[in-house]
Amino acid sequence: MIGVDIKLRRGDFTLAAAFTSKARILALHGPSGSGKTTLAHLVAGLAAPDEGHIVVNGALLVDTAQRLFVPPEKRRIGLVFQDALLFPHFDVKTNILFGRFFTPKAERRVPFEAVVETLGVAHLLRRRAGALSGGERQRVGLARALLCSPRLLVMDEPMASLDYDRRQEIMTLIERLRDEFSIPILLVSHAADEILRLADEVISLERGGIVAQGLPSETLAAASRYTEGGRFSVVSALVAHVGAFDARYGVTRLAHPSGEIVVAAHIVNGDRKVRALINATDVALAYRKPENTSIRTVLLGRIVAIDEDASPLAFVRLELEGGDRLISATTRLSVAEMNLSVGAQVYALVKSVALDERELRANA
Amino acid sequence: MNLSDFAPSLQFSPQELTAIVLSLKVAGTATAFSLPLAVFVAYALARWRFPGHAALNAFIHLPLVMPPVVTGFALLLLLGRKTPLGAFLAEYFGIVFAFRWTGAALAAAVMSFPLMIRPIRLSFESIDERLALASRSLGADPLWTFFLVTLPLAAPGVIVGSILGFAKALGEFGATITFVSNIPGETQTIPSAIYSFTQTPDGDADALRLAAVSATIAVAALVVSEILQKRADATRAGK
Repeated sequence: MIGVDIKLRRGDFTLAAAFTSKARILALHGPSGSGKTTLAHLVAGLAAPDEGHIVVNGALLVDTAQRLFVPPEKRRIGLVFQDALLFPHFDVKTNILFGRFFTPKAERRVPFEAVVETLGVAHLLRRRAGALSGGERQRVGLARALLCSPRLLVMDEPMASLDYDRRQEIMTLIERLRDEFSIPILLVSHAADEILRLADEVISLERGGIVAQGLPSETLAAASRYTEGGRFSVVSALVAHVGAFDARYGVTRLAHPSGEIVVAAHIVNGDRKVRALINATDVALAYRKPENTSIRTVLLGRIVAIDEDASPLAFVRLELEGGDRLISATTRLSVAEMNLSVGAQVYALVKSVALDERELRANA
Repeated sequence: MNLSDFAPSLQFSPQELTAIVLSLKVAGTATAFSLPLAVFVAYALARWRFPGHAALNAFIHLPLVMPPVVTGFALLLLLGRKTPLGAFLAEYFGIVFAFRWTGAALAAAVMSFPLMIRPIRLSFESIDERLALASRSLGADPLWTFFLVTLPLAAPGVIVGSILGFAKALGEFGATITFVSNIPGETQTIPSAIYSFTQTPDGDADALRLAAVSATIAVAALVVSEILQKRADATRAGK
């Protein structure tokens, strides 16, 4: 649980933010200069607000009314930076154990071996921090932050300087950290795909203020989706179980409460949960289960909202069986001719080839 | 003078030996005592913004631009036996600077301070400040952070600064001779001894020999500092 209500002025930049969240992974999203990094620094204690208070998991960290400011070294908040910021004069093992040394013995609940194994850094322990690749550095940075058994992990654009494959790898690790060590995470990111895949909740910031808070699939790009090309960044995330691989056709079937999701690839590590990202532009709607169609993925849901403005576009929000949300980008014309309305039961049709197996694989 | 006067006699006279040993003692003491202060001031100048920042910076560099004799004279006015401060230190702490080797060490320390500060400050400035923040977030308070992260990363600058300071202290002449005079066995360092030899009719060979010693130490110091600098750059590049 994190609760923030702060104000801060620096020159002509003003940050004013108030929110509470119980998300396991809460994302702070916004363009550069929106104040998302400053907000994360305030939580970690690298900066002090002019006014307000911050509570993390029941611990009051800042309260200007009581003149309370817990210094960063007493907050037990693990920080992961974009460029890892490992200590270049220590080897990897010393880097990883740095925070643990300062953690009171009774509170060292994150075991060294488990972290080293989960993050796959065992073979790096003797190396110097300067001799690592970008992905390795980031994994060591995660291990270092974890081993101070933090109340909260604050990650400031942890994947911004990594290539596609390394980003997928780090995202997978972050999911595992969340599941295996049950430490809540505050993720600062400007990348929609990271937030959709990882976050349970997102706070959108613009020019120092919160403009939206909610489910990532509904909050991200909510304002810009009607603008030209904006619909292509509207994405939903569905949590499904990896099921059987059909060797004859080379497809993998994912089990979702609302139906079967067919992926045109071999997704290994069966029987794990994956988060499938589905672009709103790849989702069609039908009242009846269609026959004689090439579409293999047909998901049952109910319309919970239809968002329209003066543009030709309409965004139909579905609640699928099992509770996941799915957005379909369509036209106002379709909505009118099909007579779509809130509460109606519909089938969402998704082209199998529109699902990116690279994301699913890294995710599996 | 010809070289044959000089070449066979690498044997040092007692006066020369005394001057060499005293010089090493003076320069060593000056370096040892000014180093912690230099590290502190360099850190303050590199990392803190405070009123008087520019003034402090200028004040430290004064000995570099003023004639050394002026610095020596200033020390004499401040810490001479008859001055209030000098009398106070002598009375209550038994510390006397005027015309003592301790005074020579003080003069050398003051004169070498700006040379010492510069590489240390540059070293501090080249360290990513966020490394200290990372250390804080991992639970290390500011003091632990300084000794575990900032100072080790600045070590190359600290070493280079000490060597430059030591070399400068060995060669200090103007302020030393003004403040503590040129007393053999007490305040006669290598440079003062060279000066004395050049003032005596047959002292050229002795002066030359001491000059060679002085130059050797100086060159060795520069070479060592250069090597350490290179090694430090390589470490920073992650080798």
